[in-house]
Amino acid sequence: MWGRRRLISVRRFFALAFVLSPAAIAKSAWLMASASGPNIFAPESTPAKTIFGLSQFVLVITGIIFAVVFTLLVYAVLKFGGTAADDRREPAQVYGSTQIELAWTIIPILIVVVLFLATARVIHAVEDAAMPANAVEVTVVGHQFWWEFRYPKLGIVTANELHIPVSDPARPTPTFLTLLSADTDHSFWVPQLAGKTDLIPNHTNRMWMDPHRAGIFLGQCAQYCGMQHAKMLLRVLVDRPEDFSAWVHEQRQLAIQNEKAIAGRRVFETTACIDCHTISGTVADGRFGPDLTHLMARHTIAAGAAENTTENLRLWIQNPGAIKPGSLMPAMKLDDEDLDAVVAYMGTLR
Amino acid sequence: MSSNVMAIPNVQVGSGTWLEILHGWVTTVDHKRLGILYILYALIFLVVGGIEAMIMRIQLIRPHNDFVSPQVFNRMFTMHGTTMIFFVAMPLLFGFANYLVPLMIGARDMAFPRLNSFSFWLTALGGFLLYFSFLGGSGLYGTGNAPDVGWWSYAPLGAQAFSPGHSSDYWTLALLASGFGSIGTAINLIATILCMRCPGMKLGRMPLLPWLYLVMAGMVLIALTPLSAAQIMLLIDRYLGGHFFDTQAGGSAVLWMHFFWIFGHPEVYILIIPSFAFLSEIVPVFSRKPIFGYPVMVGAAVCIAFVSMSVWAHHIFTIGMSSYANAFFTITSMTVGVPTGIKIFNWLATMWGGRIQFKTPMLFCIGFLFQFLIAGLTGIMLAAAPFDWQLSLSYFVVAHFHYVIVGGILFSVFGAFYYWYPKMTGRMLSERLGKWHFWLFLIGFHLTFDTMHFPGLLGMPRRIYTYEPGRGWDTMNLIITYGALIQAMAILIFVWNLVGSYFKGTKAGNDPWDAWTLEWSVSSPPPAYNFATIPVVESRRPLWDLKHPEDPDSRYE
Repeated sequence: MWGRRRLISVRRFFALAFVLSPAAIAKSAWLMASASGPNIFAPESTPAKTIFGLSQFVLVITGIIFAVVFTLLVYAVLKFGGTAADDRREPAQVYGSTQIELAWTIIPILIVVVLFLATARVIHAVEDAAMPANAVEVTVVGHQFWWEFRYPKLGIVTANELHIPVSDPARPTPTFLTLLSADTDHSFWVPQLAGKTDLIPNHTNRMWMDPHRAGIFLGQCAQYCGMQHAKMLLRVLVDRPEDFSAWVHEQRQLAIQNEKAIAGRRVFETTACIDCHTISGTVADGRFGPDLTHLMARHTIAAGAAENTTENLRLWIQNPGAIKPGSLMPAMKLDDEDLDAVVAYMGTLR
Repeated sequence: MSSNVMAIPNVQVGSGTWLEILHGWVTTVDHKRLGILYILYALIFLVVGGIEAMIMRIQLIRPHNDFVSPQVFNRMFTMHGTTMIFFVAMPLLFGFANYLVPLMIGARDMAFPRLNSFSFWLTALGGFLLYFSFLGGSGLYGTGNAPDVGWWSYAPLGAQAFSPGHSSDYWTLALLASGFGSIGTAINLIATILCMRCPGMKLGRMPLLPWLYLVMAGMVLIALTPLSAAQIMLLIDRYLGGHFFDTQAGGSAVLWMHFFWIFGHPEVYILIIPSFAFLSEIVPVFSRKPIFGYPVMVGAAVCIAFVSMSVWAHHIFTIGMSSYANAFFTITSMTVGVPTGIKIFNWLATMWGGRIQFKTPMLFCIGFLFQFLIAGLTGIMLAAAPFDWQLSLSYFVVAHFHYVIVGGILFSVFGAFYYWYPKMTGRMLSERLGKWHFWLFLIGFHLTFDTMHFPGLLGMPRRIYTYEPGRGWDTMNLIITYGALIQAMAILIFVWNLVGSYFKGTKAGNDPWDAWTLEWSVSSPPPAYNFATIPVVESRRPLWDLKHPEDPDSRYE
């Protein structure tokens, strides 16, 4: 009796699975479509959109294959399953069929050819795109565990928050990134703008994007790069053209010299800070850490690990490990007076 | 098979005091004992690797959790990956090969019994070296220091500059030792299968399991050697002033990636082909039909082996290869899906028209078929290079390869356990506990790994010890962790079943499944040296011929 009940439940399970899985897939697709954040299916730039188009095609083909094979499997299990244990009769012994096997060899080959041709087009379109003369060029240098952005034509150096102009599809102004690494491997991934590309020491890479709307796009380092790989966050701020011009103009200014913060500046310039950080127009010209000339123009500190507030800055300078254990910035061990002064000085760097 | 098979009494060596028994096991060169040693060794590491996975899942149960520190998390995923591939999957599959191949081809042992023992102990040494790093690999910070560079140890993270101390050295030596062990066993398997088959067993009459292990062993020879070479080069970098992968001095990180994956991708097939072998034995027996399209099944496996040697760079589509290279590795990676698809269809055709019995081994094989189908299709997505630029290095990839390794390989290995445990111990595993194991593991597996695809699509990279809230990842990670807990419970039931049935299981007899290959013709467990008289076979299913003299297979082959 018990044996018979079990067999039925196995069959019922497969029948249930057959009904439920399309529902589950539809539900997840709906969840995906409605999710905000760095969603690869919510592209906002040509490379990401091209990839999205290809991925829809691949999903449809694989979806059809899934439906067909899944149905056959479920049918086989339901139809031929559940023989009573005491039934010793053997079924017809079939050894194979050349025609059938040829069919399920040739059809997949045809599918592969179609998929390959569709894919090759997209590889070419994304990877071999020529850089137009009006493109914005940015050199991205991956560091443990932050991003350095240099605009060689514009003379700008900044970190962790990449500003690029929005690109009108009618008159595109794409941004081309040259990807380098100062230490280990990293990967630049902002899913809504483009696929990821690695930053590898001694191996220069290139990628591009042309965002079609202004906004903030989130991403993070995708290639394991060491202890704080998780907090090597990345944000791309896509500005309207006039905002981008204004940002460029501000970034090209030397650091503001505010007399009220002279004490903090003195502390900064007489401690180890200057070994790693640059503040243009001062003696600080280190390149190991982020450029701080316009620190207050950024929303976050510590590669996106914390918001750029006075309290966070203070904590960060005093004990970076509290925000990001494993960060290569040392705890500065300043006394309260010096710490307040430095934080005040940072606050003037707009 | 000729009917003059003579059963010999079940004489087991190694009774005596526990010290004599232990001595017997340590010094054994018997393929069956070595097989069991491999399997037990792998089961211990399966539990260890599982605990490491649970630590990671608890850490990721919610954003900004601080269950473990970033260093510990990074060590856990490094050790989990290295352990599961090199010290669970490989020894498990070699264990079954050791035990089954000589029995199934009618041989009395492997071709080189001493090499066999040497290979096992080398592999065992590898595992001990890896775990000794917890004690001996002192880093800059004093205490023990397991490697924390990921199981690929991408250059330059493995170089002295980024991995001071000895953790990377233990990792390197562990892989070298176990790699040499694997090469030894592969040579042994090839020699055994080519030279030790019983009379009548032409290659075309060999059961599919030894056939697929022959293919697998050939791949091990080709794929493990570049890995060993790379490990030696890394040691030269670290200790002899070499600069192969030392990017600070002009070395190439990309070179390491190619070395690693030219091993790493064939490795996936090295692991999955034995799974195919298990399915090709279990599915026919529980469908009560011969395997559908035997020649095509062999041909497809050989084809997979060849093609899979030329697909490795699909793991590194994001490193900026030329569009031609990306296109090449796209077409080869998609092509490997064709013979793999053929195999799925042929198992389906084997079930078609059969009388399927839902015994536990068969349940795991049916689970395999569904899950391997999905794993193959997500593999097609990853093979399309541009789609991969989005999916690679994300949780989607983690879900994909766990679908292959857990949903595919581990399910088939569980099937193999339930199927051959009676042969190895003489007792059946409990069907009741087996079904609990199957259903719980199935539910846990799908909760974890179905869900895991989606954070990847939402931009969650792999190998992060914590994540930001508000990106749509929170609930998914919670579900993934719950699924992992359910899987852990299922594993406990499995271990309970293995231990309990050893003492209390019903007696199996020679042939509990009414099966057709030679291992079921001898007692359970088989006597020393397996066969009193070497059998003679006339078809692929010698025991079918014996049981159905009126309608033997030999009439149709």
